[in-house]
Amino acid sequence: MSAGWLVVGSALGPVEQEHLLQARQMQALSFAVHIPLVCFGVAFPALVLFVEWLYRRTGDELYRTLARRWSRIMVALFAVGVITGTILSFEMGLLWPNFTATFGGVFGLGFAIEGFSFFLEAIFIGIYVYGWDRLSPRAHLLAGLPVVLTGFTGSLTVIAVNGWMNHPQGFRMAQGKAVDVHPFAALFENTYFWHELVHMYLAAYIVTGFVVAGIYAVGRLRGRWGRYERTALAIPLTVAALAAPVQVVVGDWNGREVAREQPTKLAALEGLGRTERGAPVHIGGWYSGGKVKWGLPIPHGLSLLAFHSWDARVRGLDAVPPRDRPPVNVVRIAFQAMVGIGTLLALLGLVFLVARRRRRRWLDARWFALAVALAGPLSLVALIAGWVVTEVGRQPWVVYGVMRTTQAVTGAGGIPVGYTTLALVYLAVGVGVVWILRRLARAPLAGGPPDSEPVTSAV
Amino acid sequence: MHLYELPLLFVLVGLALYTVLAGADFGAALWQFGAGRGPRAERVRDHAHHAMGPVWEANHVWLIFVLTVLWTAYPVAFGSLASTLSVPLFLAGLGIVVRGAAYALRSGAASDRELRSIDAASAAGSVLAPFALAAAVGGVASRRVPVGNAAGHLFSSWLNPTSVLVGVLAILTSAYLAAVFLSADAVRRGHEDLASAFRGRALTAGLLAGVVTVAGPLVLHADAHPLYRGLTHGSGLAAGLLSGLAGVGTLTLVWRRRFEPARYTAALAVAAVIAGWALAQRPTLLPGLTIQAAAASHDTLVAVVVAVLAGGVVLFPSLALLFRLALGGRLEEGDGEADESPAPVPSRPWVMDSGLPARAAGACAVAGIGFLTVAEAGWAHAIGVLAFLAAVVLGFLAVAPGELEAGRP
Ligand code: HDD
Ligand code: HEM
Ligand code: HEM
Repeated sequence: MSAGWLVVGSALGPVEQEHLLQARQMQALSFAVHIPLVCFGVAFPALVLFVEWLYRRTGDELYRTLARRWSRIMVALFAVGVITGTILSFEMGLLWPNFTATFGGVFGLGFAIEGFSFFLEAIFIGIYVYGWDRLSPRAHLLAGLPVVLTGFTGSLTVIAVNGWMNHPQGFRMAQGKAVDVHPFAALFENTYFWHELVHMYLAAYIVTGFVVAGIYAVGRLRGRWGRYERTALAIPLTVAALAAPVQVVVGDWNGREVAREQPTKLAALEGLGRTERGAPVHIGGWYSGGKVKWGLPIPHGLSLLAFHSWDARVRGLDAVPPRDRPPVNVVRIAFQAMVGIGTLLALLGLVFLVARRRRRRWLDARWFALAVALAGPLSLVALIAGWVVTEVGRQPWVVYGVMRTTQAVTGAGGIPVGYTTLALVYLAVGVGVVWILRRLARAPLAGGPPDSEPVTSAV
Repeated sequence: MHLYELPLLFVLVGLALYTVLAGADFGAALWQFGAGRGPRAERVRDHAHHAMGPVWEANHVWLIFVLTVLWTAYPVAFGSLASTLSVPLFLAGLGIVVRGAAYALRSGAASDRELRSIDAASAAGSVLAPFALAAAVGGVASRRVPVGNAAGHLFSSWLNPTSVLVGVLAILTSAYLAAVFLSADAVRRGHEDLASAFRGRALTAGLLAGVVTVAGPLVLHADAHPLYRGLTHGSGLAAGLLSGLAGVGTLTLVWRRRFEPARYTAALAVAAVIAGWALAQRPTLLPGLTIQAAAASHDTLVAVVVAVLAGGVVLFPSLALLFRLALGGRLEEGDGEADESPAPVPSRPWVMDSGLPARAAGACAVAGIGFLTVAEAGWAHAIGVLAFLAAVVLGFLAVAPGELEAGRP
């Protein structure tokens, strides 16, 4: 094993784990399943509440139907978010016991506080979703507010932990132990997480907005296009269309933060092999032998973007020894995918906003519905790609510069068995979720919609 | 009580609440599955499902609470036990996934066959999860989890007489708790026949759990002698006796159809067992590791205690509200009365179709770019983010109101 052991050490001592790669993949799979669901937990309640508010305000039954139907879908997705999150919590110990044993005292507080957010979210989502019929309208609307708020605080604390992993502080290492621990300082005085929080929070609205709108757009392509469907498409699409352009600006901020604190990650993002002044960016291409091949170069682009200066010096991968570098192509392709998709989504958003203000008729056209239908899955790809950038880009460290992933991993056997089992179970859950969403979309509701046939209005 | 023990107290309280509340949920799944066929069985199933629907998510968060406090306040102990006990913990996780997914899926099931297969999966998960979690606890209690990264045996740490005893007890207790709670709920809703049905189930499960508990000391004597000693002396013994009393008391109450107080004595019986275990094992957490040595640094402990107390101030009133509404029958699908009666003021459109919001949104967005991108300081970035927030909200006003689709014919 590497010399890192001797330098840093860890609370439970070194282990041999031949299945590190599977452990990482299992972690990645668990995240890839949890995070899209989280987006719905964060952003959907706000949409549902808005529609319910519209109903209270206008008295139009259509909104009531829409809000009730959405709230059923919301609670089903929430349940799956809860169980996938539970698996993640277990994995902190099952896959990375040494990470938790060494640093639990430093970052754990974030999750402990997050636990309370989950509690409140679960409590009020229960009250909201099951309280439609027997709570007063006001009380019902109010019960929804904490769900929106706790979606934010829950993300805040979990992202604070991730920010700490990327930019550890608030402790000192002595003989493999974290000493001088100041957990509040570690998590919340750390300024290197705000950009992640804002970016993730926007991503949640983008994903929820485009996915929900996308589903109705598919319905539109199949000929379901009444008043109900148009409303159900317009509201989430407006939210996503507004968030998407903002995301580009915020993403640029993320890039500058990474440039400042994690130069190696930045070098991997851009495939910058050697440290240089006036570094270029490349669009597309493949990193090999220290440079990007077949990419479209934009001279000085990186120096300008990352440091706002024509000739800024950008540290390349050669600044650290090879064993401290992340897998460049994975990170870089994920980054390019996110930025590419992010740009397309922002364009789609702007086009939609302008066209809507001008009341363009082509908003009803098929090609537009097709674009919206594609935006849903694309936004999911961007979301996962972004997390790949952050997490894989931090490799080989789990705590940047302090603990390697090889040191964090469990010594227990059987990871491939666990990984396979989890993959199969999640596959089954995924099939189940699709099935239930289709069902819920069709199920008639008590006091059903006034003018739209429930059976024909898919989700 | 020392500061370094306080978080452990929270953990134990959380564990007791999880055992009671989530236990009742797992048990309900078992009764749902065991109800059989026919219209009567259907009522039993629906009752079990609807009583738990609004509360199950909140109930399950107690486990998250236990895990997070444990790894924050006793990180080395957590890392050691999670790695050695990885198999049962993983199985428990899978059980919870299946149970939770079944909840999500059940609301969409249409035919009896679909319902039955979902209930079957859910029951399997609900046997697996409490058994595996309790078997893991049994491993800790019988001192089979040493300090270190997966330093204990991957299987015998949780497949041993003590673990099996605790695991079986956990399943029976879950079934018992569920039956007691569901009887009480049935009475509240005025379904006397359902109350009787669950009363019979409660008595059966309670007696079975009692029998296993009585056999317990024999197993512990042979397999986990230190635990046995702790439970037969001093405060450990007292807790054990209290639990026994509460258990017998619950059975009597159920027998006499006093279901509401039986809820609380049943919970007390469970809590006392957990307290007894803790007292018997004190002051060691894992073999060779005292609670004091396992505890995180002073600052962390203070932070955890503050966070939990502050969180509790918000949490407990909210939980009380949830349970009050749920027990009061306010969280059920009904005839839509409350929703309908104070009919909303009809058609008061919220249009404010002027160019103002659009222009303001544009201005905010420009300011946002300035503060977030051009400026470098942290405070400027904060303003930039807020400016964008304002831009999005204003933009929403500008776009949606004028021609919300619903306004079109
Ligand atoms: C819908 C999703 C989405 C979209 C459209 C974008 N991103 Fe993103 N991005 C994410 C979703 C995301 C994320 C939520 O997945 C990440 C992972 C970690 C984080 O904070 O947000 C992320 C991370 C992330 C990072 C790494 C931050 C770090 O490691 O600390 C950078 C540099 C960017 N993004 C940059 C951009 C740029 C320049 C975009 C636009 C053109 C963009 N992102 C669009
Ligand atoms: C708040 C905390 C965290 C967040 C938000 C987060 C997020 C993610 C995401 C989204 C991925 C990539 C998913 C994919 O590749 O499809 C990932 C991968 C990974 N995460 Fe994290 N993570 C967090 C904490 C952790 C922790 C605690 C560990 C444990 C040590 C960890 C280790 C890893 C590893 C090893 C991978 C796989 C990387 C690879 O495949 O090379 N992360 N994480
Ligand atoms: C190491 C990483 C993570 C862990 C250990 C984790 C853990 C959990 C747990 C235990 C739950 C279930 C809560 C419940 O029972 O109600 C959950 C749900 C949730 N998680 Fe995560 N999570 C992680 C990553 C993330 C990330 C990156 C976010 C994003 C912003 C996030 C936000 C949420 C939210 C909002 C919920 C509520 C459930 C929902 O709305 O679907 N989590 N998570």
